[in-house]
Amino acid sequence: MNAGRLPGHRERHELHGITLVVDTDGPEIYIGRCDDITDSEVVLLDVDVHRDGEDGRSKADYVERAAQVGTWVKHSMVSLPRRRVASIRRLGDL
Amino acid sequence: MRYSPLLVNPMRAELTDAGFDELRTAEEVDRFMAEKADSAILVINSVCGCAAGQARPGVRAAVEHPARPAHLVTVFAGQDAEATEKARSYFADVPPSSPSIALFKDGEMVYFVPRHRIESRSAEEVAADLTQAFERYYAVAAS
Repeated sequence: MNAGRLPGHRERHELHGITLVVDTDGPEIYIGRCDDITDSEVVLLDVDVHRDGEDGRSKADYVERAAQVGTWVKHSMVSLPRRRVASIRRLGDL
Repeated sequence: MRYSPLLVNPMRAELTDAGFDELRTAEEVDRFMAEKADSAILVINSVCGCAAGQARPGVRAAVEHPARPAHLVTVFAGQDAEATEKARSYFADVPPSSPSIALFKDGEMVYFVPRHRIESRSAEEVAADLTQAFERYYAVAAS
């Protein structure tokens, strides 16, 4: 992923403001609006989290539904250690 | 967050200049929804620069299409909070996001474009998404 920063957004990652799907190396997958991505953490705002198999839905099922209509906010902010992040995708691309 | 009218008014005007009626109160929203318009587009406007900057010009381009809905309305999230909350209550099973766009047919929501499908797209792509939906849901009624 390009870690460059846009002019005017020098304090934030270029994905600042974009809704991201952040999968982890564990059962949790997060969807939220990117606040910042650094070498050490991914910070999301207005975040929903799903655990694989919760409510009978896999991570893929959850993301498929979220891509259609969006997500309900469960947490105002979540900070994820980069070492736990398996992938980062734009929800709008899915 | 409420912003200065100096900032917000031009964002309102981008839609009202294109023929949209602003619904500023919950009563105005209820009155409009009670009419169960045969075809309508509701834009939840927003200050958000990451998405609204593509949403407004995309919507403006889309409503030039001959199959556009007959009724064009908008509420402004964060500025007209009661009107926005009331509007969202008519599609309460959809998570709130702004900007976003809802299409109605005979008073029922038939198509929804959430924020995340705007923020990653150009205005032209937003317009193309909407005009395809216009043709799908309104083309027969428009002919």
